[in-house]
Amino acid sequence: MTGSSDLSSSPAIVLDNLVKFFGRFAAIRGISASFAPGRLYVVLGDNGAGKSTLLRMVAGLMEPSQGSFTLLGTKNHRKVAHRVGYMGHAPLLYDELSGMENLRYFAGLYGLDDDTVCRKAMQMVGLDPELSRRIGQYSQGMRQRLSLARAVLHDPELILLDEPFSNVDVHSAREMAAVLGRVRDKGKTIFVVTHQATLMEGVADEFVHMAAGQIVSREEAVRKAALSNAEWTPR
Amino acid sequence: MTTIGVTRTTLLKDLLMEWRSKDAINSMLFFALLVVVIFSFAFNPTAEESRRIAGGLIWVAFLFAAVVALNQTWARELRNQVLDAYRVSPAPPNALFLAKAIGNFFFVVVLEALMAPLFVVFYDLRSVGPVWQLIVVALLGTWALVVNGTFFAALSIRTRSREIMLPLILFPISIPALLAMVDATTSILTGEASPDFWIKMLAVYDVVFTAVCLLLFESVLNAE
Repeated sequence: MTGSSDLSSSPAIVLDNLVKFFGRFAAIRGISASFAPGRLYVVLGDNGAGKSTLLRMVAGLMEPSQGSFTLLGTKNHRKVAHRVGYMGHAPLLYDELSGMENLRYFAGLYGLDDDTVCRKAMQMVGLDPELSRRIGQYSQGMRQRLSLARAVLHDPELILLDEPFSNVDVHSAREMAAVLGRVRDKGKTIFVVTHQATLMEGVADEFVHMAAGQIVSREEAVRKAALSNAEWTPR
Repeated sequence: MTTIGVTRTTLLKDLLMEWRSKDAINSMLFFALLVVVIFSFAFNPTAEESRRIAGGLIWVAFLFAAVVALNQTWARELRNQVLDAYRVSPAPPNALFLAKAIGNFFFVVVLEALMAPLFVVFYDLRSVGPVWQLIVVALLGTWALVVNGTFFAALSIRTRSREIMLPLILFPISIPALLAMVDATTSILTGEASPDFWIKMLAVYDVVFTAVCLLLFESVLNAE
């Protein structure tokens, strides 16, 4: 399967007969696909379809049992780690630190020591950089948003988001979706694994349907310009 | 993203988190204090006897207390799966290991500095040999404990009963280091023999195990 648009530029991700076993259970069953850059893909499917496993493999958190994949033009994924952002199921944040302290630490891992980057990332997701509360005292929605800020902190070309809207209220989730649309408009490639497809309608470029460890269909989506112009109200 | 830069950033983050929670230092202190008091009541040694048994006593107390802290080394990284955020970043894996090992070294050295006066008081300890040699043994011995402890704590983070796994793996591999620490300390306290051989052995142990841990840590970090 091949992403239908932007075929002139090299694909952001090429999956070549990817297989992942957990013991004798095959979570991913021979996926071959290509994804063009600068597009927002929404990966849908029932629980156990293999969405998160696929995303974790692409993020470099799991090795495929068989097959291989090319990420941003290379099979050496460590080489492009600074060009990839990943937001997991869990927040991937330290409860004992404040939002800015968390972002400062993760920025340091990418060689960024400028506070402005962290402030901008927090503001982008509608959080106040001056908030001194520790993450442990944040609401679930605030954690999710800070987690998104952490994933995009280093301005990655490829953004992988696993259930970014879980535990987020509808209003905030719509704002998050709009932010993702704006990020995509800057030329980034985004993968969103979610069960809330309706939130991504009007923002997504393509819906990728998975079932039983395989991509069963891909459908082009209709983009709405208005959604991408929505503003996030800082809290 | 140099190893030194990421090590410093991670170490400062860990120190800040420990300063706020005091989880590791409090539990280590409490445990070591209990050992000192219980042993002093159980044995009630004379000054001469103290010098002979203190080497073993001190290091066993520090070894057990260190395990309490070592078990918590990776707990914060597992909560909220923060370790995944490190793994997807371009930061060198060894920087994480070094930061954790240096952090643990710092915590155990603080513990030793706080407990040393208590040992002197409870066991009426007076060193016959030069005290500076005790400091050398303490630094080399502590590094031997924490470098392996940090590594094996990382190795056991994905096991179900990791609190039990760590001492099971760590203690047998620490036997040569423990032997060197105890004999060197006893030699210095009694002044009956030269601790040079044991100090050299500790230094070699430190170099070998630090190198092995650094070589293998990336595989441990990325193990599924």
